[in-house]
Amino acid sequence: MVIAGVALLAICTILGSYLGDLLGLTLGVKANVGGVGLAMVMLIAARAWLARRGNLGEGVRFGVGFWGAMYIPIVVAMAADQNVAAAIRSGPMVLVSAFGAVLICFTAVAIVSRLSGPTETIDQIEAREGPLTPKVAQRDNLEGMTK
Amino acid sequence: MTVPLMIHTLQTNTLVTAFALVGMVMWISAVLSKYLTMGRVHGSAIAIMIGLALAYAGGIITGGKNGLADLPALSGIGLMGGGMLRDFAIVATAFEVDVERARKAGLIGALALCLGILLPFSFGVIIARIFGYTDAVSLTTIGAGAVTYIVGPVTGAALGSTSPVIALSIATGVFKAVLVMVATPFAARFIGLNNPRSAMVFGGLMGTVSGVSGGLAATDRRLVPYGALTATFHTGVGCLITPSILYFVVGAICK
Repeated sequence: MVIAGVALLAICTILGSYLGDLLGLTLGVKANVGGVGLAMVMLIAARAWLARRGNLGEGVRFGVGFWGAMYIPIVVAMAADQNVAAAIRSGPMVLVSAFGAVLICFTAVAIVSRLSGPTETIDQIEAREGPLTPKVAQRDNLEGMTK
Repeated sequence: MTVPLMIHTLQTNTLVTAFALVGMVMWISAVLSKYLTMGRVHGSAIAIMIGLALAYAGGIITGGKNGLADLPALSGIGLMGGGMLRDFAIVATAFEVDVERARKAGLIGALALCLGILLPFSFGVIIARIFGYTDAVSLTTIGAGAVTYIVGPVTGAALGSTSPVIALSIATGVFKAVLVMVATPFAARFIGLNNPRSAMVFGGLMGTVSGVSGGLAATDRRLVPYGALTATFHTGVGCLITPSILYFVVGAICK
């Protein structure tokens, strides 16, 4: 059942969001603390649990896989409703601090990700182990959509 | 007659209209990527840039804050790109996460998360000081904006900052997110962004979920879930320590 996959995803998202709000409330912050992350962890756990019991059917995979594949179009829509005009208009301080912050963080990524020695690229990993991006996509012929 | 009727049709089907419009943008971007850049710039990156350009145009035309979504016929873009569907789709990408690999990056991810808040915050505070702000509340609020555009206003509200300072703080965060989205595909090669571990470090350091997910999507879609996994904790941790610990530190230095 496709709706089972969509519902599983929805339940994980809602529970994660609720727990994130609860965590924020407990810590006294007006924010959702790690809600999406918690939802992701729950979905990963649910997937492993279903797979172990042999209940991870095609429908469930398709229901979740479709929304995963819709992710980039949703990001494009998100970009289209940012307040870009104000960001450009608001002067040099904004430009300087944003540019600087991004530059510093890029440099830090380069340093930190090399801290524990060289690691395999995702291409090398996939060449050895086959696609990490999932049987979900393969089984349901979604490769075109996820690539 | 036909034009108002068409607009009416679009307005009664806002979300469906958004699907059609975004689909067309994606298709045009794929064509541009293939023939104009010979596949060197990813179609998703071009699509996001077109999205931002449309947002700029929308902001100029309507004078509103929500880019293209302020045009009534295109308000569905706001629903499609809003927090609800964005979180729903991000969570779905976790179905593709390789658990073992994610676990390995745990410690380095946490380190990236801490640096990802401290570095941009400190830089933002220094720049704000250079531009003439001297009180701890304004300095902290603007520094928080350099973390993300959510940490900025949350911190500003928590500390009772003035409205123009909060607006500056949001603008800094939005501009940072935009820069991350656009610059990531070009910077990817130089910062080693081609494996799950560096994607998790990247997510923790850059923070902004929109910037990280957009930037990684444009670089290599397979890296998105790893980056999003750490980035999602960034705003929460930022909202936690910026108006508290970091504010006290800035206050102590100001005295």
